[in-house]
Amino acid sequence: MTPLLSVYGISKRYGPHIGCAYVSFELYPGEVMGIVGESGSGKSTLLNCIAGHLPPDEGKVVFDTRIEGPKDTIAMSEPERRMLSRTDWAFVHQHARDGLRMGVSAGGNVGERLMAVGERHYGDIRSKATDWLGRVEIDASRVDDRPTTFSGGMQQRLQIARNLVTGPRLVFMDEPTGGLDVSVQARLLDLLRGLVRDMGLSAIIVTHDLAVVRLLADRLMVMKSGRVVEAGLTDQVLDDPQHAYSQLLVSSVLQV
Amino acid sequence: MTDQAYNFAYLDEQTKRMIRRAILKGLAIPGYQVPFASREMPMPYGWGTGGVQVSAAVLTPKDTFKVIDQGADDTTNAVSIRTFFERTAGVETTTSTEEATVIQTRHRIPEDPLTEGQILVYQVPIPEPLRFLEPRESETRKMHSLEEYGLMHVKLYEDISRHGHIATSYAYPVRVEGRYVMDPSPIPKFDNPKLAEMEAIQLFGAGREQRIYALPPYTQVVSLDFEDHPFEPSKADHPCGMCGAKDSYLDEVIVDDEGQRMFVCSDTHYCEARQSAGHKGKDAA
Ligand SMILES: Nc1ncnc2c1ncn2[C@@H]1O[C@H](COP(=O)(O)OP(=O)(O)OP(=O)(O)O)[C@@H](O)[C@H]1O
Ligand SMILES: [Mg+2]
Ligand SMILES: [Zn+2]
Repeated sequence: MTPLLSVYGISKRYGPHIGCAYVSFELYPGEVMGIVGESGSGKSTLLNCIAGHLPPDEGKVVFDTRIEGPKDTIAMSEPERRMLSRTDWAFVHQHARDGLRMGVSAGGNVGERLMAVGERHYGDIRSKATDWLGRVEIDASRVDDRPTTFSGGMQQRLQIARNLVTGPRLVFMDEPTGGLDVSVQARLLDLLRGLVRDMGLSAIIVTHDLAVVRLLADRLMVMKSGRVVEAGLTDQVLDDPQHAYSQLLVSSVLQV
Repeated sequence: MTDQAYNFAYLDEQTKRMIRRAILKGLAIPGYQVPFASREMPMPYGWGTGGVQVSAAVLTPKDTFKVIDQGADDTTNAVSIRTFFERTAGVETTTSTEEATVIQTRHRIPEDPLTEGQILVYQVPIPEPLRFLEPRESETRKMHSLEEYGLMHVKLYEDISRHGHIATSYAYPVRVEGRYVMDPSPIPKFDNPKLAEMEAIQLFGAGREQRIYALPPYTQVVSLDFEDHPFEPSKADHPCGMCGAKDSYLDEVIVDDEGQRMFVCSDTHYCEARQSAGHKGKDAA
């Protein structure tokens, strides 16, 4: 099977500081990769380099495109990469307001990606938006309300609906449950797990929270000071960590 | 009499050349916003300094100049711009649409069809149609260059979801020759069909925002819409009270202390010419 995504030796420096260094991995269709590590370990830097938000200093990111097969997304033209970003890729930000248009109704937020790829039938766009609100457990009666009137958890669910409406094949998530109350987190995780399973989504999820990766990720990478120190199946890494740092990370959770 | 303290049409020749280059570039890339170094004019922004600079750059001593503000030749704004060019360029002025070779306008396109050889200069407050949803200039520029115009439809979507129909009735966005999306300045959408395939040259000047854009003669201009909510130019369902015209854009005016209302052509020249030709509306004396 061809990997959906192949990451080769991605490095990013901020002046003399290392953001991330020589990260390589492959992601197969339907797989969810978790990236964990303490604050400042380079998780967001790596994710943003892969997702095309940040130019890496070195490395390649090869994505198996629908039409042309595997292509280096860093070397491709900007229009092509932006097109990918609104069709086959999706990005869920930690702060919903970074991923939503706060001045636009919930329906408009979900419909934007549809209109961006050329849908021009108002009734169809609206019914798809309403359908997606239902799938993320937002009442259809809220379709014309702005996200400013939504709770944090609802905003995050709206952001997810807005990203998934065009049926992307790869979803990037940076701390999707960060900043939410514990009970709200649990509901969101449940929802995410359902969507990932139902849609057969491939995803890369960055998080501090080992409970999130335990629930969602098939495989795990542990990062420290910009480097991957351990990688493997999620249960294996969490239950039998090999690297001293992973052991520390796991045990510090057990102590909580 | 020309006021000798000024160069012809107020601006110095170098500035006019710079503006003409921007205009030519705009004509070569219809609908594309060309940056230009806007000059201080002896009138405040909001008084059409962008339009005035474009007019200054295209006027020649042989031109006949007309200025309209919301269709009328006699508002303070229109009179002051007309007087400005009488003084600084010594050009002939007129209120007649047919006789004018250069027409500067705020918020209207004349009812009489314009013809080859004429230039229509629009005063533009906000040239960027994407500004409403995307305030970052770096981003809107990228959206234009990559033809990423989905956001324009988000604006129309919001309109329909809030009002049941596309409620945008001024500055209604258009797509030019299937390429650039353009703000036609705050003309009523009633005027949008006139933008398309017009015989005259159309130039748009935004002073504060320092942008010029243009439509050469016979350009394809399409108003954006949805398949199930097609663009419809608005039309009042009354004829003009003064001249009886059924095809013109009307203003509602209050005619007496009791609040009696009347609908009259916003294009005053059009209305007067029709009345002179013997047409009479129901409110005409
Ligand atoms: N824009 C930047 N300029 C300079 N240094 C940066 C910048 N962004 C991140 N860094 C540095 O790069 C390293 C990795 O940061 P990054 O944000 O990727 O970590 P992270 O693992 O996502 O942390 P967190 O869990 O706190 O979000 C850190 O040392 C950070 O200080
Ligand atoms: Mg981070
Ligand atoms: Zn009339």
